[in-house]
Amino acid sequence: MPSIIIRNGRIIDPSQSLDEVADLLIQDGKIAAIGTDLGTADKEIEATGKIVSPGLVDTHVQLREPGFEEDETIESGTAAAINGGFTSIACLPNTSPTTDTQAQVQFIQQKASQANNCHVFVIACVSKNREGQELAEMGILAQAGAVAFSDAPHPLQKTDLFRRALEYSRMFDVPILDHPEIPELSQSGLMHSGSISMVLGLSGMHPDSEELATGRDLRLAETTGARLHLMDISTEGSVELIRRAKGRGVNVSSEICIANLHLTDEVMRTFDSNYKVNPPLRSQSHIDACIAGLQDGTIDVITSGHAPRASEKKMTELDQAPFGMSQIEITLGLAITNLVVPGHLDFPTLIRKLSTNPAKALKLDKGTLSVGTTADVTIIDPKVTWKVDSNQFASLSTNTPFNELTLTGRAETVIVDGTIKLQR
Amino acid sequence: MKVTATDSAVDISPVPDTWQRRHLLGLEALSKDDILTLLHTAVELKAATGGCRDKLSILQGKTIANMFFENSTRTRNSFSLAARRLGADTVEFSASSSSLSKGETLIDTAKTIEAMNVDAMVVRHSTPGSPHLLSQNVGCSILNAGDGPHEHPTQGMLDIMTIFEQRGTLEGLTVAMVGDITYSRTARSNIWGLKKLGAHVIVCGPSTLVSKAWEDFGVEVSYSLDNIIPRCDVLNLLRIQFERQYTRPFPSVREYAFLYGMNRKRMEQAKDDILIMAPGPINRGVEITPDVADGPHSVILHQVTNGIAVRMAALYLTTSANQQA
Repeated sequence: MPSIIIRNGRIIDPSQSLDEVADLLIQDGKIAAIGTDLGTADKEIEATGKIVSPGLVDTHVQLREPGFEEDETIESGTAAAINGGFTSIACLPNTSPTTDTQAQVQFIQQKASQANNCHVFVIACVSKNREGQELAEMGILAQAGAVAFSDAPHPLQKTDLFRRALEYSRMFDVPILDHPEIPELSQSGLMHSGSISMVLGLSGMHPDSEELATGRDLRLAETTGARLHLMDISTEGSVELIRRAKGRGVNVSSEICIANLHLTDEVMRTFDSNYKVNPPLRSQSHIDACIAGLQDGTIDVITSGHAPRASEKKMTELDQAPFGMSQIEITLGLAITNLVVPGHLDFPTLIRKLSTNPAKALKLDKGTLSVGTTADVTIIDPKVTWKVDSNQFASLSTNTPFNELTLTGRAETVIVDGTIKLQR
Repeated sequence: MKVTATDSAVDISPVPDTWQRRHLLGLEALSKDDILTLLHTAVELKAATGGCRDKLSILQGKTIANMFFENSTRTRNSFSLAARRLGADTVEFSASSSSLSKGETLIDTAKTIEAMNVDAMVVRHSTPGSPHLLSQNVGCSILNAGDGPHEHPTQGMLDIMTIFEQRGTLEGLTVAMVGDITYSRTARSNIWGLKKLGAHVIVCGPSTLVSKAWEDFGVEVSYSLDNIIPRCDVLNLLRIQFERQYTRPFPSVREYAFLYGMNRKRMEQAKDDILIMAPGPINRGVEITPDVADGPHSVILHQVTNGIAVRMAALYLTTSANQQA
């Protein structure tokens, strides 16, 4: 395997509190050294003015295969991940059949290995067939390689099942991921409940729906001592509940989807179903609270929440259209443009949220540039401006409202296991 | 090229240059000038047709498609009559008998109808924004005939026209919309139209059906009909939209009628010249008692006639703007 040297980049690795201009040497697919005077290598990459980051990690990606290959396949989804700078992704179990058997876990692993793009980690179902009634065989699934359990995008509705799952998961030390939502309070909701939904006559999803579930989930994590990862945080109240729980030492991590960090419910005035996401786009005060949560560490992870959907599903009446955006290819650009450029987060904090922390939340041996670890590296051009063109997406789905938008910052080079997968 | 009235017997004003709208999707987006243009055109067309009775030929050669994806008798017939009074042909389309039941999408259905050389589509749909979706995907004019609880612009305009006929102005009047505001498209279109013409708008009803957030838009919010009656020039009594509600927002119809039903006793508290309106269909004994509905203050049947006038105006203006484009 050819060796690679990346020269003069700003190396940011929050896992070892590193932020310095230096060279990085990759040999035999592993990080060999960081420093100066590292000699020569088979391949030289000049990175002056660029950021050298541990490969980005996404905890929340829908790959849609098997069952919904019109939206995305494992091959297209992982290619999209590489395009977006992600070297590791965890995929949700909302496939058909659902990811609730050993065979399903192995199918995904095998397809991912054939695609040979990025690393894919499987999140298996908490409940059989994702129906929320009976526990899936978590032990067998964990042994097959599932790194976490979730029924997402469905919430874990039945509290007794959820509690049992948390207790049971402790044996394997795997996290449970929940999308906190009390469906009774958000049923038929198409957007955030507020004055905009009132004017548009669209059913709203009240923050109470998320916050009551968040409060319940945190309490269950606290009493069971299990590892909980809260997905899809979007409200001021949720941020405050998590902040207080972390203050008490509850074993919880949390994430927010990039869309919920800069778009408000005002955009629903267009009635464009590409803005229909769950959790819904909320008001500016919720966004401000979530940004504050990112700044003080309450929210650990920024995710793409990648939810590709074929255009025929989205080009329909708003209530018929599914939730979700095809996001993974523009997440980094959106994050730099909307969080770093305005000064909300600095680059080390952003990379912590996009690489170190997501790896930690799922206990993956990723998100680091430590010497001896596998060489997953993303080189970011923090200054380049570019225009989103959904026709150029590797994702099979173009359900994005951001087409034609100009963004700042992009992954320029992506290296997985010491192999260059993308070089612009 | 503008549409000009070619009917020999009457002389209809040409469409003013300020009117540029190919679609009529809602009153929220309209300017005061647009609303006045609609209003004055409706008044003129009503007069020119002898009270919406006689036929003109200003839309001769045009075809209007009625596309109702939700049940309707009144609005559908009103639009049909309006189109025919102006000399247009009409195509009727119902969701139940259409390709929609065979799995065709809304957009494909609309494109198919458009390919039959339709000049305007009148769309009713249970989902807010559906007419907007179509307006972005077809070339003909789209007229919103009610999109879920969002807007029903011709209903708003016919209510405004009815008040205008009785009072000569909207400026300074106090108009209360009473009942189910949350699920009412009529309420929303009225709110925007009335406010732009200078009326003071009150929304009044049970707190589960009247959001306090309307205050952010300069609308007065009240939960007590008895408190507001003496100040009102117009009461518009809305129907409870049971079909749109997931959880019943009040304990019983009896309790609703007790708190918000307009009856003879409450009429005693009202101004002498109060106007009683209802978008219908009315539920006698719920939001309104028969003596009030049929009494001297009621203009409910004027509303129905004015519906044709407003729809003639809307069809005339939008298809004319489409031809300029």
